[in-house]
Amino acid sequence: MKPKNVCKVQRAVPGALAGARPIELETARSTLNFLRSCFPYCLFLVPFLFVSCEREQRTLVVQPPSAQEALVQQMTDLAPGPEHNKPPSVPNVDENNSWMMSEGKRFYEAYNCVGCHAHGGGGMGPPLMDEKWIYGHEPQQVYATIVEGRPNGMPSFRGKISNDQLWEIVAYVRSLSGLTNQWAANARDDHMKGPPPPNSVPQGTPHDSSEPPPQ
Amino acid sequence: MSTADFQSALNPAASESAHILHLFWTFFWVTLVIFALVAIFLFIAILRNVRRAPDDPQLAILPEPAQESESRATKVVSALVVITVLILFALLIGDFFTGNAIYATPDPNALAIKITGHQWWWEVQYQDPQPSEVMTTANEIHVPVGKPVKLELQSSDVIHSFWVPNIHGKKDLVPGHPTTTWFTARRTGEFRGQCAEYCGEQHAHMRMVFVAEAPDAFSSWLTAQKKSAPEPMSDSQRHGREVFLTSKCVMCHTIQGTKARATLGPDLTHIGGRKMIAAGELLNTRDHLASWISNASALKPGVRMPPNQLSSRDLNSLLDYLESLK
Repeated sequence: MKPKNVCKVQRAVPGALAGARPIELETARSTLNFLRSCFPYCLFLVPFLFVSCEREQRTLVVQPPSAQEALVQQMTDLAPGPEHNKPPSVPNVDENNSWMMSEGKRFYEAYNCVGCHAHGGGGMGPPLMDEKWIYGHEPQQVYATIVEGRPNGMPSFRGKISNDQLWEIVAYVRSLSGLTNQWAANARDDHMKGPPPPNSVPQGTPHDSSEPPPQ
Repeated sequence: MSTADFQSALNPAASESAHILHLFWTFFWVTLVIFALVAIFLFIAILRNVRRAPDDPQLAILPEPAQESESRATKVVSALVVITVLILFALLIGDFFTGNAIYATPDPNALAIKITGHQWWWEVQYQDPQPSEVMTTANEIHVPVGKPVKLELQSSDVIHSFWVPNIHGKKDLVPGHPTTTWFTARRTGEFRGQCAEYCGEQHAHMRMVFVAEAPDAFSSWLTAQKKSAPEPMSDSQRHGREVFLTSKCVMCHTIQGTKARATLGPDLTHIGGRKMIAAGELLNTRDHLASWISNASALKPGVRMPPNQLSSRDLNSLLDYLESLK
């Protein structure tokens, strides 16, 4: 072969390609070997794939409610309040789920809870981001407050909001004072900065108010 | 009219889409001819070299070309580069003039329509200097033929994109950043629009009905839409209105002329007169409406409307009432 007449470009004919193949194969094989040797070291990452599964689960198809009326614990006949009859705490699954809490936040604004309670700071209605609860802080008590309404302005939303949405709102309302799991909280607020984001500050122990309900 | 016609950029119904189509065909034919030429010369080159291939593939090495053919090749390649640049420049100028034609300053007297994208439906508001004349509807846009229309686009949640291919190109609806686009419809027809920016689970089913009609038909449609909802005529319809106003419906929907004033869901003042429900997804029939009210998320998973448990009497009355809202 005379070097003077050599052009560096090889022809793209099948024979020339066959000549190049062993080198490519060798590269591929060494890459594969490298990845294979790395694999055991990567196994410890696998559990992390499942860490936030539950936090982000969402249901796309909402099941229609059963025909029976949504369960509301009637606390007393006249003045519902924590001292008289405190219901057992029921776990609210929505509190472990960041999607449902953010939905609750959307409904909190859409159904005009903000109109009276603002973004937790209160206004015409009592604040929701402090540790004082007039009608109880358990999920079921908050649920009952929304569904039944309370004296001096809190309207009853019975039949107006679907059950799933109600529990989502309950989860969001409780997150305002840091009562829900911090790891499931929605950390960012879309509205103008007012109160610190839900669940970002440690709160005092929630206590159900010993004062009589506001007159 | 086949599907390909009522949602197709190749079947323009407005000046803007006609301009865009013209530019498209120019690009198409020019690039097609060039592609064909390149393919032909490439094929010739391959054939010539295959003919000359030596028997031993290890010796498949090109000889050094002769001096004169080298300089001829340089001239040919340079000339082709110059021609390519000129053709690209001509296409650039065409593109510039098309852009200028479709995005020139709009007519100040244009019909202004504000469109708000929601997950997953379109809120359509016909603007008017007189606040009482502002009309809100959903998922159905009517425009008069021959009159410039200005669209003010905004979004309430995520980025959507407004796209009626027969009318104009796409324009994004960005939350917190109102955008504008405009067009003039040139012939009557009914077309379909589609959200063109992925916006969540039901993005593919976020459609709208777009109707271009004669100015007379348009103004009578607009006058009818501006009216409050008609009063219920029968006992069943009256009961239906009662159901609407005392159940969940009232939390999200508006019916002008009643106490239902919520804006989270589509305005239902004239729902009975619309062609489609569920953002252009289902024909507006009693069956579809009933299953939509009972469990919307079975039809469109992820939809924001909750299921509603109503007795059959309540549901039938509600359907009677909604169908009467022409």
